[in-house]
Amino acid sequence: MTRRQLTKWVGVVSLAAAIADVWLGLWVTPPDVNQGDLVRLVYIHPALAWVALYLAFGVAAICSILYLWPRTRSFTMDRIAAASVEVGVVFTVLTLITGSIWGRPTWGVWWTWDARLTSTALLAVMFIGYLALRRVPSDPHVRARRCAIAAIIAAIDVPIVHFSVVWWQTLHQGATVLNPNLTPTIHGIMAWTLLLSFLAFTGIFVWMLLVRFDMAVLEDAGVDDGLESALIDRRAEGSSS
Amino acid sequence: MDAAIALTSAVALVGRFPVLAGVDLAMPKGSVTTVLGANGAGKTSLLRLLAGLQRLDSGSARVLGVDLARPERSYRRRVGLLAHDPGLYEDLTPQENLDFALHAVRLPVTATLPSLMRCGISGRLLNTPVKHLSQGQRRRVGLAKLLARRPELWLLDEPHASLDATTRILVGELVEEAASGGAMVVTTSHEPEYSVPMADLVVTMGGGVVIASERGGRHAS
Amino acid sequence: MLRDARLIAARDLRIEMRSKVATWQVLPFAFLSLILFAFAIGPDPTLLKQTSPGLFWLSLLFASVLGTQRSLSIEGDGATREATRLLGIDPAGIFLGKTIALLIELAALEIVLLGGVLVFFHTQVSNWPLLISSLILAPIGLASASVIYGSVTTGLRSTATLLPLLVLPVLAPLLIAGARCFSVATGSRGNSAEWLGILAVFAGIYVLLGIVLYGPLEES
Repeated sequence: MTRRQLTKWVGVVSLAAAIADVWLGLWVTPPDVNQGDLVRLVYIHPALAWVALYLAFGVAAICSILYLWPRTRSFTMDRIAAASVEVGVVFTVLTLITGSIWGRPTWGVWWTWDARLTSTALLAVMFIGYLALRRVPSDPHVRARRCAIAAIIAAIDVPIVHFSVVWWQTLHQGATVLNPNLTPTIHGIMAWTLLLSFLAFTGIFVWMLLVRFDMAVLEDAGVDDGLESALIDRRAEGSSS
Repeated sequence: MDAAIALTSAVALVGRFPVLAGVDLAMPKGSVTTVLGANGAGKTSLLRLLAGLQRLDSGSARVLGVDLARPERSYRRRVGLLAHDPGLYEDLTPQENLDFALHAVRLPVTATLPSLMRCGISGRLLNTPVKHLSQGQRRRVGLAKLLARRPELWLLDEPHASLDATTRILVGELVEEAASGGAMVVTTSHEPEYSVPMADLVVTMGGGVVIASERGGRHAS
Repeated sequence: MLRDARLIAARDLRIEMRSKVATWQVLPFAFLSLILFAFAIGPDPTLLKQTSPGLFWLSLLFASVLGTQRSLSIEGDGATREATRLLGIDPAGIFLGKTIALLIELAALEIVLLGGVLVFFHTQVSNWPLLISSLILAPIGLASASVIYGSVTTGLRSTATLLPLLVLPVLAPLLIAGARCFSVATGSRGNSAEWLGILAVFAGIYVLLGIVLYGPLEES
């Protein structure tokens, strides 16, 4: 099976899983005693957050380290890291949006200075910074190296941000917003739907990553074809003068 | 011939543009080479490659026994480059600039004053911040920095530009001294009347490759 | 490495002594931002006293971005940076040297800002040892993270706008921990040990990262 076919199948299966997840989440699973229909967000939000906060940025950090390590240095690592951050930013923003939608009826406000929300928002800004750095035109080797370093520094900062925000938040408000009474008890079909949502969104992440990566490869393949003719053109400059 | 510089099909890219499109070049130890060619022929890129500032993208390049595909940092200390802009710190005086460079390459700073004097920087100029110096004076400070560092490979990018007659003669003297002391010298030039007589080998570049090479006037004279 | 660090730090400080850019532009800016914050908040002395830890730290962070940009511009234009690269200086030494020089400038900045807060906002310090140790620990992390990000953006056309976007979110823990230490030191109730811990961990991690990562940053 070629990679293109693999990409297609990952996409088809993940999308099917996502549709099944929506169907199970909206129609099959029962509403929660406390939260009513709101609980159905549990089939989207945690899975989005898992992909955004752990998977996407974890992949980006690991690939950035592999890029800097001389033995594993290749543009493949750089491209995977970049694709992963791009997809990750989308998932982070979706996480914040779904969290906000959940928060409005539960807490009565769109935004609260909860530790998780705050550190997620900071993380989003950090990786938007990474993408901004990527957009600045420069030599591809230099850019890859600088971006890898920026990604590593940001990734190492994440736990520090998390702890400081947790302490900052608890010192100010005393109680956390994730009130244990509101956490729904999960069993049976609900647990299966939740599991499916994690699988579906992980699959979608992998699919988007592959598509984005293939695009980058194609862009650079065009450049490689260009190199031979660029060399010929360049040499011709000398003989014509 | 014991080639201290040996380039084979050296290709160097800036972004996606091949500034060097397959350079073949061999020069022995203690030789002086002049690179001629039109603007954009790749002369400066060749010097930058030899200095370890420009990445080698394909082909091979061995200089002073170092493979430029993976140059170690210590290689740079053995090379001196006088670029168009000598790259001095504007707020520091010529003396401080040289002292900094010598400290960095672990040489005694006693070489500072004689080198500056030799290049005509003396008296008040020694303690004037570089930003108040003229273009020609800056280039002389750059030349003094090179002289003080005594590198094994001298790379001079148009050393005769914006210099007066006395300093041009000085450049010729310094190059000859360096070469007879065993160093290698590569210069680029738009002024063959100054650069060809002092060179063993005259190379003409065009379109990022060497298109002609002939003997210079150094040993003939 | 330490030898190169001393060389670089001496160079940066000497250039600063001579050009006085940081002295005449960054320090007054920090001071100005304190006054502007006071305007934004209003003249109520209790409110100003309450917000002074945050204002002190925000002014310090924003001024430190300017200080970092100045520290980068000391490296000069492309030609000067290349001439320096040709000297084959140990990258870890360059990192440490620049960090030390920036650290000394940040210390001066802290003294000016602290004076401003004490005089203008009538802040009273009850725990000097805590305040001073936080003001010693925090700039180590601040300077090293700024120097790393500074060289990540060096030579790019949009350095001035990119640097704050990249560095300020990373500095968020410093802002939080520093401001908490400040407010505990000026009489608020609270536990300061964990905040000092964050400042120390941050400083340690970023100094180490700089030493390890500056090499790959500086190569061609």
